[in-house]
Amino acid sequence: MANHQSVSGGGAFKKILIANRGAIAARIVRACRELGIKSVVVYTSVDAMAPYVAIADEAYPLTGLRPNDSYLDQDQLMGIAELSKADAVHPGYGFLSENATFAQRVIDAGMHFIGPAPAWLDRMGDKVNARRLMAQQGMPTFAGSDLITDVDSAREAAQRIGFPLVVKPSGGGGGMGMQVVEHMADLETALAQAQAVADAAFANGGLYLERWIEKPRHIEYQILADEQGNAMHLFERECSVQRRHQKLIEESPAPGIDTTVLREQAQRGADICAQLGYNNLGTMETLYSDGDSGFLEMNTRIQVEHGVTEEVTGIDLVQQQILLSAGGNLPERPPSMKGHAIEVRLYAEDAQSLMPSTGLLRKFSVPELFGVRVETGYQQGQEVSPYYDALLAKIIATGNTREQAIGRAVVALQAFTIEGVRTNAALLLRVLKEPDFLQGNIDTGMVERLLRKGARIPAL
Amino acid sequence: MAKQDVESEVTGNVWKVLKSAGDSVAEGEVIMILESMKMEIPVEAPIAGTVVSIVVQPEDQVEEDQVVAVIET
Repeated sequence: MANHQSVSGGGAFKKILIANRGAIAARIVRACRELGIKSVVVYTSVDAMAPYVAIADEAYPLTGLRPNDSYLDQDQLMGIAELSKADAVHPGYGFLSENATFAQRVIDAGMHFIGPAPAWLDRMGDKVNARRLMAQQGMPTFAGSDLITDVDSAREAAQRIGFPLVVKPSGGGGGMGMQVVEHMADLETALAQAQAVADAAFANGGLYLERWIEKPRHIEYQILADEQGNAMHLFERECSVQRRHQKLIEESPAPGIDTTVLREQAQRGADICAQLGYNNLGTMETLYSDGDSGFLEMNTRIQVEHGVTEEVTGIDLVQQQILLSAGGNLPERPPSMKGHAIEVRLYAEDAQSLMPSTGLLRKFSVPELFGVRVETGYQQGQEVSPYYDALLAKIIATGNTREQAIGRAVVALQAFTIEGVRTNAALLLRVLKEPDFLQGNIDTGMVERLLRKGARIPAL
Repeated sequence: MAKQDVESEVTGNVWKVLKSAGDSVAEGEVIMILESMKMEIPVEAPIAGTVVSIVVQPEDQVEEDQVVAVIET
C-alpha cells in the first residue's frame, strides 16, 4: 500500500477531479472548498445545467450521453484529469468508484485515487473472495458456497446449505441477477437465469449460493482506515427499507437491536480492516436476523447514505476520505453518537408501479427546514434523463430522538414541490407512517409486502 | 383476429428483445427488456397471442407510450 507524507489541516492536494455527477459531485465540491482544494467536475450535455457544474472551480464537458460514453469513459476522464492538472481523483459512488483498473490508471498517471488501494477494490469486488477473507478473520457469515463450477457441485453445496437459498452473482451488486430457490428441483433453472444476467451485466460471470434469510434486516458498519494500518468504526446504519434490493430509507442508530451486539460487530469490522491493512474508507454490509449476523459484502467507496453517519457523529466523511488519502490520521477523539438521523431517497419513479419517470423539472423547490439537510443534483428547469439513476434528492432529517427525526422527514417530504416527473414521495410517506416502521419492526421485504397488499399509495 | 399494440411504460433504451414475429406469447410473458435510469423494465404481453411485429431494435431509444410491438389474438 502507498506510503505518504503525513499532512495536517487542508491536506496535501491542490486540485481534485470528481469523476461523477449529481448530488455526490456537489457534495465533494463542497468538501473540497472547505479544505481549500480546487474542484474539477465533468458533465454531459443533459447535466450542463446541474448545480454541481455551477459551483465547481472548473468544469469540463464530456462527449457522449450514456454512462459508457461519458462518466464511465476512462480515456476521457484521464484526459481531463491531466489537462486540468488535478493531483487526485475522487470517484464518488457508482460509476468507476470500485473499478480497480481505473484506480490503477489514476495512480500510474502520478495522481492519488481517493479510495482504497486498487488491490482492495479487486479483493472486495469479488464477493466470494470477500466473504472467504472476512470469514477467515473471524467475521460471522451465513452458510454459503464457493464459486459454482457445475450443476453437480451446486447441488452438493445446496444440500449442505439447505433451502431456501439464494443464487448470487459474484461480481455483482444491487441485487441484480439474484434468484431465490425454494427446492432442489428449481436449482438448475435458477442457476441458468442468474448466469444470463451475470454474463450480461457483470465483467465477472461467477455465481455462488448462500442461505436465504427470511425477513432479515440490512445493517451496515462504517469503517475509516488510514494508510498506516489503523482503523476505526463510526457505528452502524440500518438500511432495511428497500425496493428491488435498492435502499429507500436509511437511519442511524439502528432501532431495536442490542447496542452491545452492534458495537461488537462494528469493532470486529474495524479490527479486521486494521489487521488486513485495508485503507481509506469502507462499509461492511451484513444481514441481521434474530440475533444472528452474517457478513454480506464490503463496499469500497463512500455510500449514498453516508450523510446519516455524518449527522450522528459530526464527522465529515468526504473530508475524512480526502485527508486519509493524502496520508492524514484518523479523527483523534473516539467517535460518539448523538441523536438520530434518517435519510429518505426521493426517486423519479412512480410511487405505485415503481416505474422510472423522466422529464423536465418544471418545478423543483427544495425545502429549508430546521434539522433537515437536502443533497440533490437537480434544480428547476433541468431535465431528468433516462441515462442515469433516478435519485432526485436525499433528504436527511435529524432529531434528538428517532420520532423527532421521522417527523422532520415527513414534514420535509410534504414541503418538497416537484412538477414534471412522477416521484416516490407518496410511497416514502406511506412507509414513514406505517405502524411497524414506527415501532422499528423493519425488514428488507417490508416495502414489497406493502405494495403487494394492494395498499393504494395516495397521490400527493 | 384483433391486433393490439404493446407500449413502453417508460422513456429509455431497448436492452434485449426476447421474442420475434411469429412467436406465440402468454399473457404477461416478457417480450423485451428496456433499460431506463439504470433499471431493467420488462415489457410484457398484455394478452395471449402471436407476435405480429417487433418495431424496435436493441439500443433504440423509446419514449413513454411508444408502440414497441404488435400482438394478434
